[in-house]
Amino acid sequence: MLGRGHFFKWYMGIFLVFLYAPAILLPVFAFNDSSVVSFPLKGFTTKWFAVLQTTDSLHVAVRNSLMIAVTTAIFSTLFGVLAARASTRFSFPGRRSIMGFIMLPMVLPEIIIGVSLLVVIIQMGFELSLWSIILGHILICTPFCIAILSSAFMNLDQSLEEASFDLGQTRWNTFWLVILPLVMPGIVASLLIAFTISLDEFIIAFFLAGTEPTLPVYIWGQLRFPQKLPSLMALGTILLVLSISLLLIADYFRRRGVRKTGIENSGGFL
Amino acid sequence: MTWFQKWRRGEGAQGLFLISPTLAFTLLLLAVPLVLVVALSFWTQDYLTLHRTFTMDNYKTAWSEPMYQYLMGRSLKISMMVTAMTVLLAYPVAYFISFYVPPKRKAMWIFLITIPFWTSYLMRIFLWKVILGYNGVVNGSLMGLGLIEEPLSFILYNQNAVVLTLAHAWVPFAILPIFVALERVDRSLIEAAEDLGDSKLRRFFRVTLPLSMPGVIAATIIVFIPTIGDYVTPRLVGGPNGLMIANMIELQFKKANNAPLGAALAISAMAIVTCVALIFIWMNKKYIRGAK
Repeated sequence: MLGRGHFFKWYMGIFLVFLYAPAILLPVFAFNDSSVVSFPLKGFTTKWFAVLQTTDSLHVAVRNSLMIAVTTAIFSTLFGVLAARASTRFSFPGRRSIMGFIMLPMVLPEIIIGVSLLVVIIQMGFELSLWSIILGHILICTPFCIAILSSAFMNLDQSLEEASFDLGQTRWNTFWLVILPLVMPGIVASLLIAFTISLDEFIIAFFLAGTEPTLPVYIWGQLRFPQKLPSLMALGTILLVLSISLLLIADYFRRRGVRKTGIENSGGFL
Repeated sequence: MTWFQKWRRGEGAQGLFLISPTLAFTLLLLAVPLVLVVALSFWTQDYLTLHRTFTMDNYKTAWSEPMYQYLMGRSLKISMMVTAMTVLLAYPVAYFISFYVPPKRKAMWIFLITIPFWTSYLMRIFLWKVILGYNGVVNGSLMGLGLIEEPLSFILYNQNAVVLTLAHAWVPFAILPIFVALERVDRSLIEAAEDLGDSKLRRFFRVTLPLSMPGVIAATIIVFIPTIGDYVTPRLVGGPNGLMIANMIELQFKKANNAPLGAALAISAMAIVTCVALIFIWMNKKYIRGAK
């Protein structure tokens, strides 16, 4: 037992270093006072963050990305609520295959989704715009939202709903007054996850971006210029902190939702 | 009985009604575009005009041109290596969390493992370039320790770097399904094997591993299929010999302006990957049935 436990301790240690290596190095280089991203470190500075403040093209990209991410989060959560509710509460013909189809973007290579949307938009004679990216992002975020929301809806005690009917509430009131408050944490978690995914998505955005770049498309363009790298590290650090905080908040809400329904907490997202 | 049937029909209708917006959206933005891509792969394009006459030429080119054959083979090889590495890396982690971590802290561990996945995709890949580079972290520390005298050059701008970087990106996706499968393994079966005198290793190979195979298969599929479509990792860390079929697909759709050929390449790649995945699933079914 001790021997095996020892093996796992070593293995997990090395594995976590491997897993977190990029995430740890990012802030290290962001605060490094050198225009070259490499060791040895030269000293502490915050000037790379200051550079970001004055880069206008970056601000445009951030605004675009935020608009896309917020819209995506709202729509994919809406679609997710409908699908999760339908599949957990009702049995209907073809449920498994319909759900399988809706979840398909989760395993499909993103390049396939990017390419196929590009073809449709061009064939239909539409211009590429931020909206084409939004459509692609809703498509890939919805399965993640469904995964989170399904567990929220599945944990619902159906007798609460029946009690509400027995007490004379309508279906609509029951949904607003009983079901929605109980799954609210799940909805918040879903919004945050979709927002995070959309904010970081590059492959689809790169295919569907017209003249207006999103944040990852902007980063991709800048990666070619060595002199821009330190400030990109600073940008990456900000994004890292932002997405980890969003995830912590999302996880907090997910746990609260699980606690609310009184079922033991196990596992994380997905 | 009729009211019962009516109620059933009512529930079915309600469910379908609720799911219809999501379904319609997915049909419109996934099914229709995919059909159009298939159609496109049978058409031709010269410069900017599209000829809508049926032809197999794109597929002929995609399957006979040595460059495409070579790229396809290499992509398949890289994807398989990534999958193997990811699953091998992930299994002990999932096993550790399922069997060694106290139940109360399992959620925290799963969370810990999923965090890196949510950090900027491009920056993550780029940092591997920094880590593996000529003046990178690995070479710097190895030289600092006096283990090597000159920087190692075989770790960046080749297929190894692509495999490592992709494995890093996908490992959380492999850990989760394996963990779920391991959690479902009935612990009393393992105890029974122990009571019947099986050694630890035999117990693992005869009980735990076969019972967790569904998770391993799910992990394999989840990693294997999407990796074939990655064009960022090969471009950033792959160097000239690490490029994959997705880079070619991207090129055809963008700079080369030959969308039909790009579509044929994309569909061929998907078809090959799906076939390999199906063969893998079929072999596993056979193997597990044989083990019984």
